[in-house]
Parts: sequence; C-alpha cells; structure tokens
Amino acid sequence: MSLIATLGAIEIGLVFALVALGVYITFRVLDFPDLTVDGTLPLGAAVAAAMIAGGVNPVFATLAAIVAGCLAGSVTAWLNIRFAILHLLAGILTMTALFSINLRVMGVPNIPLMNRPTVIDFFAWLNPLIAMTGLPGRPTLRVLALLIIVLVIGALLARFLKTEFGLAMRATGANPRMARAQGIRTDMHVYVGVALSNGLVALAGALFAQTAGFADVSIGTGTIIAGLAAVILGETIFRTKSIVVAIFSCLIGAIAYRLAIALALNAGWLGLRASDLNLVTAVLVGIALMLPGVANPLRSLFKRSAP
Amino acid sequence: MISVRDVHVTFGRGTPLENRALRGLDLSVADGEFITVIGSNGAGKSTLLNVLSGDARAERGTVEVDGIDVTRWPTPKRASLIARVFQDPMAGTCERLTIEENMALAQARGRARGLGAALDKPRRALFRDKLAMLGLGLENRLGDSMGLLSGGQRQAVSLLMSTLAGTKTLLLDEHTAALDPRTAAFVLDLTRRIVDEQKLTALMVTHSMRDALDHGSRTVMLHEGKVVFDIAGERRKAMDVPDLLRLFKQVRGEELSDDSLLLS
Ligand SMILES: Nc1ncnc2c1ncn2[C@@H]1O[C@H](COP(=O)(O)OP(=O)(O)O)[C@@H](O)[C@H]1O
Ligand SMILES: [Mg+2]
Repeated sequence: MSLIATLGAIEIGLVFALVALGVYITFRVLDFPDLTVDGTLPLGAAVAAAMIAGGVNPVFATLAAIVAGCLAGSVTAWLNIRFAILHLLAGILTMTALFSINLRVMGVPNIPLMNRPTVIDFFAWLNPLIAMTGLPGRPTLRVLALLIIVLVIGALLARFLKTEFGLAMRATGANPRMARAQGIRTDMHVYVGVALSNGLVALAGALFAQTAGFADVSIGTGTIIAGLAAVILGETIFRTKSIVVAIFSCLIGAIAYRLAIALALNAGWLGLRASDLNLVTAVLVGIALMLPGVANPLRSLFKRSAP
Repeated sequence: MISVRDVHVTFGRGTPLENRALRGLDLSVADGEFITVIGSNGAGKSTLLNVLSGDARAERGTVEVDGIDVTRWPTPKRASLIARVFQDPMAGTCERLTIEENMALAQARGRARGLGAALDKPRRALFRDKLAMLGLGLENRLGDSMGLLSGGQRQAVSLLMSTLAGTKTLLLDEHTAALDPRTAAFVLDLTRRIVDEQKLTALMVTHSMRDALDHGSRTVMLHEGKVVFDIAGERRKAMDVPDLLRLFKQVRGEELSDDSLLLS
C-alpha cells in the first residue's frame, strides 16, 4: 500500500475514532443502542459544509455542527423517554427524518469545499515540523491535526466519565433502578449521554467534510456498523475494562479497522472495489460477533426487549 | 419518621389482570423505630416499600417521610431521605463498576453531582475504613469490580452504601433471602449494628417469623394490601414463632370482618 493511501486510511480512521467514541457512549456506557448516528454524521458534514461555503468561520461552523448533532440526539432520547418508544426505533425515526433535513441544510446533494478555509488551517504551525520529516505535506498535516483533536477529545471524555456526573451516567447504563435509588436522575443522564454521543458523531462529520473536501448526503450509510466495528476491534485488542483503556482502544480500533479495510481493498487478488466497503464491514462485524469471548454489543440490542 | 395514610396502589387498572396491591394501607413509624414486616406472598410488602421509595405511585392517600409529603416525588428526589437495600444482591449495586465507584455513587446520594472527580484520596480512605469494619477483607479490593463479589459480600456492601450519605430512613426488602443461612445471619447482624449505631428508622421485610420477632421493636403483618396486625412492646416480647404463626393463619384462613378482633 502506498504512503498516501496509508495516510488516507489513518485520516479516515481518526475521523471514525470520534464516531467510535460516540458509539461507545451509547452502546457501552448508557446501554442505549442508538442508530441515529447514520443521520448525524452527514448532518455534521452538511451543517459545517453549508456554513463554510457560506463564508462562516470554520471553527464556528464546526461548533454549529456539534450543536446540531446534540439536538438530533436529544430528539431520539426524547422519543424514547417521553413516549416510551423502543430506543432502536427512536433512533431510526430520527435518522430517517435527518436524511430529509440534511438535504434541506445543504440545498444540494453535494457541497465541494476545495480551497475553502477549514479547521485544519489552524494547525499550519505544524508545517515546518512536517517539512523536516519529508512526508507529504498536506496529508500529513491533516493526520496530525486530526490526531491532536481526537486525543484531546478522548482525554476530555475519559476525564468526564470519572467525574461524579460521568459516574452517574455510567450507573444509569449499568443499573438504572439502582441509579434512581441513589438519587440519580437517569432520564437526564440519558438525554445528556445520547446528545453528547451524537455531538461527537456530528463533529466527526464536520471534520470529514473539511478533510475530504466535500459533504454529501450519502456519507452516513453504515456509520453505526463502522463505529461498532471500531469499538469491537479495540475491545478485542485491549481486554481490560478501565475507562482510559476503553477509550484508547476505541481510537486504536478505529484506525486499525480502516487500515484493515484499506489493505483488503488494496489487495488486487481479492477483487474488491471501494463500493464493497459496506459489505466488507458488515461481514467483518458479523464475524466478530460470532466469535466466542468477544463482548457482543448486539446482545444489548435485544436485552431490553424482554420485560 | 414515616407516615403512610390510606394508600392505594393498583397494577394494571382496567385490564383483566387488575391487581389491587395496596388497599388503603395505614402505617406510622416513629423516628428510630425498627419495624419488621411479614405477610404471605403477594400481600403487598414490596409494594409498600416501593411506594415509600417512589418506585410505585400511590393513586390515593399520602406518604410522608420526615414530615415532608413525598407522595408525588419521583424516586431520585426521595433518595435524599431514603436508602434502600434490595432482595436481589445484583439489584442494589452496579456489577460493571468497581467497589469504590459503587460507594462513591452512594455517598453522593441526595446531592448535586458535578464535574468534580468522583474519587479522590480522602474518599478512598473513608471507604477503606468503612469496608474494614465488615471484616471481609474488602478494604484491599477497592478497585475490584462489584461483579466479582459473592451475594453476601454484595449485600454487606449495599448496607454500608445505604449509610454513606447520612439518610435516616432505611428500607430492607428480604435482603437476606438470597443468601445461605450463615451469610444471612452475618448480614442480619450487620443490619442490626448499623441501624443501632446510626439510629436509623428502618422497615425490614422478611419471610422468616424468627427474624421478624428477633429484630426491631415492632412487627406488622400485611394481608391483601392492608396492615392486619401490628404488635409491639410486652405483647410482642411474650410471643414466639408458633404464636405468630397462629395469628398468621387466623388472618389468612378466615375472612376477617374486623381487624380489632385480632388485636384484642
Ligand atoms: N410491577 C407490578 N406489576 C403488576 N403487578 C404487580 C407489580 N408488582 C407487584 N404486583 C402484584 O401486586 C401484588 C403485591 O405484590 P408484592 O408487593 O410484590 O408482594 P409481596 O412483596 O408481599 O410478596 C402481587 O399480587 C403482585 O403480583
Ligand atoms: Mg416481595
């Protein structure tokens, strides 16, 4: 695999590391299997791209994308909590609505962002360092900028989950009845957790648009499975349950997963095309779920349907 | 102090499975009183505790704790007044979290939970001291996940957790029923110690007549959602298990038209 292709795989892996963190919050911390994210990733891309194309500062555009993602997540939580709609269905409802909303936000199915300012420009101070390594300038800058963003967010999230508020959120997912008996307002923690998760995924979408150079309404398909793949892969590599390790393994899992996909697509003898990505992902996640001993995230999908 | 007045709870109202779990229940518990609650299966014992904790809603009547009308309060809000230990050892703790994390959750009961660290040195030291009092060696296992503990150990930690926030009312729902006899005796003994030391107001549901008479200062029996007898003082002291069983049978055997018959 060429250097450029490798950097490209790491770049998209870093974007999906944020998706993995979002999926980790809903599936693992809250035990709330949320499928909204297939709509939230393109939502984040749409909001950021539409605003940047409209001349808004990319930092503001990115923040707006995060807020939009949080709102979308709150809608899913609201449907589930206020109307007792099954979480899976609540997520699908919001996701379906988002497909239309995303088109409204963008106005057109695709917004190119070539030669527009992006948040990556704020990392231009890294350029002299990159020049010394002799690596290709632009792709390396994107990887380093994303790496810094992802590490900062991962550290903040790990810290957050160790606060009193974060611990209460973990208890909400682990044993809601006990949590309520301990004075924890579990509904509020579900709202905050699902909003936070979708905010992270929308941020991933916004960064995707700015690194890939476009936003497209179709980029969301398979987001949830890709996020799960990263979480599962990470958990398979690192087998401890500590929060810091769990978050780190989401990041590593996301990158390892993208590298594996890139290698598979790159191996000519396999005869795969880029459009086979979702098939490959589904097969890989399927196999991971069949393996014994791997914590099975789909179990939580069905656990709560029993009374 | 607890005051339950004319409380009604009906499950599945208007369905063929309609179940009137509590039917005008009255009960007053004075500060520092330790009451044991008995009654056959389905008598409404757990529902009584649930209506106190907020897990079940009274459709009629009032529930007061420490002089505050909490009838409309949701469970989390009541947690500032009430602590609870469940029957199922799995129910009262989070197995995915560590022992110290479970204790930190309990210690913050009834206060706002902010963005400060959940665990720090002074808290760990406090938890270690508290755990050492159990004599189970758990003080060296603060970072172990709760799921590694046995049922008895978990109930002991649950009891400890119920005291960390300084709430004065404790609800115990057959909290030793899932344990082997020796462990059950240990947990009961611990319960007595904690209730005495902290001068708690406690309601303990038990299926054991022996335990009902041996612990606390007053025993009430529920039947079909009501208190059918309520004994304390000399009368209770004079009673043994067979006497209690006779009372129990009387209540269950015949439809009583007048509860006072029993108490006279
Ligand atoms: N959540 C519930 N939904 C429907 N019925 C319930 C529920 N909880 C309890 N009941 C019913 O209410 C009655 C009283 O139950 P419970 O208070 O658990 O009895 P006890 O603890 O004395 O054995 C029983 O008939 C039980 O089946
Ligand atoms: Mg019961």
